[in-house]
Amino acid sequence: MNSGQGTEWVILLRKVADDQDTDAFTALFEHFGPRVKAFLMKSGADHAMAEECAQDVMVTVWKKAAQFDPSRASVATWIYTIARNRRIDMLRRDRRPEPEDLNWGPEEEPDQFDVLGLQQESDQLAAAIASLPEKQRVMIERAYFGDLSHSEIAEETGLPLGTIKSRIRLALERLRHSLS
Amino acid sequence: MITHHLSDNLLMAYSAGTLPEAFNLAVATHIALCDDCRARLASFDAVGGAVLDGVLEDETASTTRMESGALAATLARIKTAAPVARSPQRAPQNALLPEPLASYVGGDVSQIRWRNLGGGVRQMLIPTSEHATARLLYIPAGAAVPDHGHRGLELTLVLQGAFADEDARFGRGDIEIADEGTEHQPVAEPGEDCICLAVTDAPLKFRALLPRLAQPFFRI
Repeated sequence: MNSGQGTEWVILLRKVADDQDTDAFTALFEHFGPRVKAFLMKSGADHAMAEECAQDVMVTVWKKAAQFDPSRASVATWIYTIARNRRIDMLRRDRRPEPEDLNWGPEEEPDQFDVLGLQQESDQLAAAIASLPEKQRVMIERAYFGDLSHSEIAEETGLPLGTIKSRIRLALERLRHSLS
Repeated sequence: MITHHLSDNLLMAYSAGTLPEAFNLAVATHIALCDDCRARLASFDAVGGAVLDGVLEDETASTTRMESGALAATLARIKTAAPVARSPQRAPQNALLPEPLASYVGGDVSQIRWRNLGGGVRQMLIPTSEHATARLLYIPAGAAVPDHGHRGLELTLVLQGAFADEDARFGRGDIEIADEGTEHQPVAEPGEDCICLAVTDAPLKFRALLPRLAQPFFRI
């Protein structure tokens, strides 16, 4: 993965939000559609259900594009949360209430420095996970496919999350400041 | 100042969507009060994003494709789909109960339907899925929570006042994570009455005789 991949997806998703750009959406669909489908199949869905739900997820990506905040998540992360929620519905798992949101008002744009930094951190995190020892990487993947219960997840995950967490924390501080 | 936070494994399981509903409620309510855990959750979501993005590297998934015609079908659905309004569910600024807890209770603290447990202690059970139990507890200032050990995992999130046990003090926003090894005697601080959200995946076992007799009756 080249270092600017995350930023590319942000630009495409912004075109979907601002201009209802079908070409930009097609590029996102071709990359993320099969990944969402494979993720759902790994989570226990059969082929037909995974196909249908992956299409649902991509419809939601279009419809919620304007709500994406690139200072707090990469496009892959944001689509993951949509796929995760769809999986919970699909498999009739326990309800998962969410914390009250800190939305950007329509007049407020995230800080460009935060956006660039977060996208780079996300790319680096993905590279770090890909290079973990096989056994640890497989455990983490299984946790996210819903294959492990919470008591089976190690208390210390050994994931290098300090940098990306600090960056998101700063973005939240700026957001809190602008809200008050 | 929040000093007791969620553990990595709870945040990862919440991100993965594998917790019982009652635990999701406690985790989400703590995050509503704690930007540090909100940022930690976002970093665990980022791990999920990386897992999603890398899923085709796995050889059993590497041949996954969308059906032919999937893009056209999706675009056709997008044309007819109504745009999603942003729905920021947000409790009022000075509310004691943040979202999502406020929605489960049906409003702020005045909407809580307390039941007396004796000794001034009150509780309200919050309906969730059967895999775990959530309840609000009201402990008068200065009163002790009955001495208990734990059979499963128990999270206690303080919403008002504070309690302390032998080791630590827990104030608004703090979450205590107790498991089988934990035996303690928490006491509500003098001053303000203590209100907390307690969730457990097993019934508590009380050591004093009276609370044990009352246990099945009160479902505490």
